[in-house]
Amino acid sequence: MALIEFTKRGIYCKQGNFYVDPWWPVDYAVTTHGHSDHVRFGNKYYLCHTLTKPIIKRRISEDLNVETLEYGESITRNGVNISFFPAGHIIGSAQVRLEYKDEICVISGDYKIEDDGITTPFEPVKCHSFVSESTFGLPVYKWQKQEIVFNGIRSWISDNITQQKTSVLIAYSLGKAQRLIKNLAGDIPIYVHNSIANLNEVIIDAGVNLPKTIRITPETTKDELQKGIVIVPPAMRDSRWIKNLTHPVTGICSGWMQVRAHRRWQSADAGFALSDHADWPGLMEAITATGAEKVYVTHGFTAAFSRFLNDAGIEAAEVLTKFGQEDDEENKVDLVDQNENK
Amino acid sequence: MKRFAQLIQQLELSNKTNDKISALVNYFNYADDKDKVWVIALFTGKKPKRPIKSALLKYWAIAITETPEWLFAESYANVGDLSETIALLLPPAENTSNLQLHTWIEELHDLEGKDDETKKEFILNAWNKLETQERFIFNKLISGNFRIGVSNKMLVNALAKQSSLDSAQIMHSIMGKWNPYEITFHELINGIHVNTDNSWPYPFCLAYALEQEPEKLGDISEWQAEWKWDGIRGQIVKRNGELFIWSRGEELVTEQFPELHFMIDVLPDGVVLDGEILAVQDKQVLSFSTLQQRLNRKTINKKQLEEAPIGFFVYDILEYEAKDFRQEPLSIRRKILEQLNGDLDESPVIISPVINCSSWEELADLRQTSRSINSEGIMLKKLTSHYHSGRKRGDWWKWKINPYTVDAVMIYAQKGSGRRANFFTDYTFAVRDGENLVTIAKAYSGLTDKEIKEVNSFVTRNAIEKFGPVRTVKPELVFEIAFEGIAESKRHKAGLALRFPRILRWRKDKKADEINTLEDLRQLLQSTL
Repeated sequence: MALIEFTKRGIYCKQGNFYVDPWWPVDYAVTTHGHSDHVRFGNKYYLCHTLTKPIIKRRISEDLNVETLEYGESITRNGVNISFFPAGHIIGSAQVRLEYKDEICVISGDYKIEDDGITTPFEPVKCHSFVSESTFGLPVYKWQKQEIVFNGIRSWISDNITQQKTSVLIAYSLGKAQRLIKNLAGDIPIYVHNSIANLNEVIIDAGVNLPKTIRITPETTKDELQKGIVIVPPAMRDSRWIKNLTHPVTGICSGWMQVRAHRRWQSADAGFALSDHADWPGLMEAITATGAEKVYVTHGFTAAFSRFLNDAGIEAAEVLTKFGQEDDEENKVDLVDQNENK
Repeated sequence: MKRFAQLIQQLELSNKTNDKISALVNYFNYADDKDKVWVIALFTGKKPKRPIKSALLKYWAIAITETPEWLFAESYANVGDLSETIALLLPPAENTSNLQLHTWIEELHDLEGKDDETKKEFILNAWNKLETQERFIFNKLISGNFRIGVSNKMLVNALAKQSSLDSAQIMHSIMGKWNPYEITFHELINGIHVNTDNSWPYPFCLAYALEQEPEKLGDISEWQAEWKWDGIRGQIVKRNGELFIWSRGEELVTEQFPELHFMIDVLPDGVVLDGEILAVQDKQVLSFSTLQQRLNRKTINKKQLEEAPIGFFVYDILEYEAKDFRQEPLSIRRKILEQLNGDLDESPVIISPVINCSSWEELADLRQTSRSINSEGIMLKKLTSHYHSGRKRGDWWKWKINPYTVDAVMIYAQKGSGRRANFFTDYTFAVRDGENLVTIAKAYSGLTDKEIKEVNSFVTRNAIEKFGPVRTVKPELVFEIAFEGIAESKRHKAGLALRFPRILRWRKDKKADEINTLEDLRQLLQSTL
């Protein structure tokens, strides 16, 4: 009997009687990471990585009942052994390893292979079945090393400062924002939106070494911002606040920026292909490293990616997500906008 | 090539005309002269000869990346551009190259007539020394167009700014006949290959929409009323034996309309006419959709010439006997114009008629008949008015008829192309026919980017069936569709077809059971017959 099944509430482990990243309220929700499309309000108990706990408490409610695990630690629930391994997606993101009677299943959640300098890097885990995302599961999505992308962002910023323009980077408040802060910190001060500053506090309190940033307040002057780096969440993108800055120019950091059509659609002044998801070679590398006999593909280009795996001799199946499998990539494009509002 | 690749990236990212112009000016300030000539050529549609078929590029890319053909197709569907798909699929380049744009073009040119093996070796070698963005440009040089939102007018404005030359003169120069392999940048923008003294047009005089009762304009006898035609506003310039046709967008479109070339023999020298380029048959104006078949074409075939014959309805005369008449009152200009009439007999060039009316009421009644002659309303021009440069309130008014509208529900959606390749942007609409829904129009545009995203998300969540690229969706979203006319049609299931349908607005306040019925449209059709 398989260890997991895919139900309309989400991934369910019958033997252990718990869900992984459920979409509807359940008794026991194993949570891969703190992004709002993976963790929702209303579950009786949550199990997540130690670093994810303060994040979801801050984002959802202080009243949540949360149990935690460190990477490599495990607990047993109804005979199913549950352990966490780094997924490299964002701070606190974990792959969930389930073991029951010699059967091992790993649910990766979202993941990326490259070490981003702030998240514990991805670690492949041997398993029989593997649930993989495929947000960027097409071979046109291949990332450059992050140092190259950051060099591009840095030179964009310094050009802006010389040309009296204000650099505004649009980034999710959880994950992308901290990655930018960590990698862009230097002589130029970084100003962050409230929602990012709040999360930074939580993350620093949890013991993560995050460079210093300045919270934007009504007292912050336009002149200060013009000489600095401004980071705001996607919800702020078309805001009057940005329009009122001194010659604001916006830059979006997202894997979708790899493709011209997406760049132009987003009506930003600059697009940087910087993603917290695995690119095509990354997905292939991760899947091969698990040695899995069976791969479940969820989120993104599920049809194309699972077909490719099957043709390559790795048994793969598409998994329907809440949004419906078809054209789910568009939901992901939309998430660039909406993730913060959920 | 790096500089050009950077220019393309800047142009693509900016939505602001000023930013695009400054990117172009910056490019023209620093780029190699030979490269500049090619950039002008590429942006104005003068493509270099294509030595290699794009199918071959795709084939080679598939082979060296070992990508299955279906996966290539999936990737292409997501990226929306063949050159870009190939550029992204290829492995990172192992070398770099500082070859300039014109050198690449010349080397590609030299491949002409070589065998496929030689061509393949050249292409693979090139791919291996170009970065992704450069590769994309390189592929475009072989197989595509540079459609990146740079109009001829924008290019000319940038060149004028950079060179301090007159923009109309540059427009004439670059629209003229020249060979990018031979001409220098200096020769090109100074127009040594053309005589720009002959071509320059005047700025168009534009009208505001009339938002008050016409009675408030005073006595009707002070006004000249004309039909407002729905075509392409244009100027015909004849000087020193040369003829030029300019469009409202200040682009030279002489070559597109051969039917008007006879004017070179008919018009005296030193004449500039303002008027409307229209589809005209037997001196009657045809619909705008007929005219559309003839717009923005590089070549015109015989069928198009027969099905959409072009004419020109003259509104005004700006120059006569090489003298600027724009400061003369309209009444005088009209008299001069009417003197020209005799020479134009039997031709598709017609002086746009004046509507004689003794009262505003009479004119208002006549306005209601506009659609029957494919006019979109009435123009009111003060008889004493000068020919102003641009828009000026008070002397000229357009008194348009309102479009027809119908509330319809969206039942099919299809993805757009290019910038909209990943969004459902083309919709099919239906009205109620008893218990059924029957399609009446397909329309895109008219929605904001934000609305498109919203509709897109609805389509993704509510798709019922899939027919290739088309999704059948739950009939729920109601839109107000505007259209210019309605006609019987055997081709459509509804038995009628809407002319020029477009989305006027999204009626979020309406439910699908509140839309119009087919019977409503049939009645409208009867009333227009």
